[in-house]
Amino acid sequence: MGAASPDPWLLVLACVAATYAWRGLGVLLSGRIRAESELFNWVACVAYAMIAGLIARVIVMPTGLLAETLLAERAAACALALLAFYASRRNLFVGVITGMLILIALRETRTAFASLV
Amino acid sequence: MSTGHSARAPRLSGAFRDGIRDAIGVPAAVLAAGMIGFGAFALEHGFSVWLALACTLGIWALPGQIVLLEMHASGAPGPFTVLAVMLTSARFLPMAMTLMPVVRHPRYSRLAVYAGAQVIAMTGWAWAMRACREMPEEERFPYFAGFGGACWAAGIAATALGYYLAEGFPQTVRLGFVFLAPVYFFVILIGDARTALAIAALACGAVAGPIMHFVSPQWSVLLAGLVGGTIAYLIQKPYAARHGRGVS
Repeated sequence: MGAASPDPWLLVLACVAATYAWRGLGVLLSGRIRAESELFNWVACVAYAMIAGLIARVIVMPTGLLAETLLAERAAACALALLAFYASRRNLFVGVITGMLILIALRETRTAFASLV
Repeated sequence: MSTGHSARAPRLSGAFRDGIRDAIGVPAAVLAAGMIGFGAFALEHGFSVWLALACTLGIWALPGQIVLLEMHASGAPGPFTVLAVMLTSARFLPMAMTLMPVVRHPRYSRLAVYAGAQVIAMTGWAWAMRACREMPEEERFPYFAGFGGACWAAGIAATALGYYLAEGFPQTVRLGFVFLAPVYFFVILIGDARTALAIAALACGAVAGPIMHFVSPQWSVLLAGLVGGTIAYLIQKPYAARHGRGVS
C-alpha cells in the first residue's frame, strides 16, 4: 500500500457524503426535472461495468483467502449458485448459500485427497 | 412520527408497521445475505467491525461498499475511490426523483423526508413504487419508511453478523463467507440482466475488469467502469433507440 493510502475513517465519511448527495439531490429535484436522460443511461452503464469488472476480477484472480481455491472451483460454485437461483424460482438467498457451500465442499474434498496421497 | 390516533390521521403508525412487516421476509433475508457477505469481505480487507458498520449505516449501497473496500485495499488515492463510489451510487438520483412524487405528502416535514431518503435502496424503491400506488397518499411515506428502515436495520445487523461469523469460523469456512459477496453479485447481476443496457454493461465490464487489473490494480475498478461502461453505452444505444429505454 502506498503512502497516498487515505485514512479509512475519512474515506468512509467522504463516501457516505458522496452517496447521500445523490439521494438528497433526488429529493430536491423530484417533480422539477425529468428523471430520464442519456446521461443517466451512461452512468448506469459505468456503474454496471464497474461492479461487474470488480466481481469478475475477484472470481478470476482473487487475492487473500480466496486465492487458496482453484479457478475451476470458484467457477463451478458460481455456475451451481446460478443454477440453484433459477431452480428455486429466483430465490437469491438459496443461490448464494449454495455457491458458498459448494466452494467450501470442493476445497475440503481437494485438500482431503491431497493429504491422502 | 405521530401515533395517528386523531380522526384526521388514518392509521399512519399502522402503515409504518405494515412496511416493517412486509420487509421482514424475503426482502430482508436477501439483503442480509448480501450484507453478511460484506461483513466477511470487510474483515478480509482489514476493516474493523466499526468501520464496516459505518459503511452499511452511512453508505447503504452494497456495490459502493464493495468498491470502497477493494479500492482502499489496492491503495487507490482517496479522491478516486470517492469518485468511483459516487458513480456506483448515482442510481439513487433517478430513484429518489421517481419515488418522492409517489410517497411525499405535505403532512411530513422536510426533515423527515430528507431523513427518509437515507433508506432509499434498490429493494425498497422497487417495492414501494409497486405497493404504494394502491395506498391512501398519507400512508405511503410511513409505509416506505417502515419498509426501508427495516431493511436498513437488517442490513446493519447482518454486517456485524457476517464480520463475526467470518472471524469465528476456521479458515475453510471463512473463505466461504468471503466468497458470499462475489457470488451474490454474480447471481444478482446475471439473474436480473434483462435490458440491452444491463447485458452490454455486464459483458463489457466483466471483460474490462481483469484486463485493467493487469494494467494497474489501483486503477482497475474505475478504469473498467469508465472504459467498459462507455463501450457498452455505445453498443446498446442504437438497439435501445429501436426497442425503448432500458435502465433497469
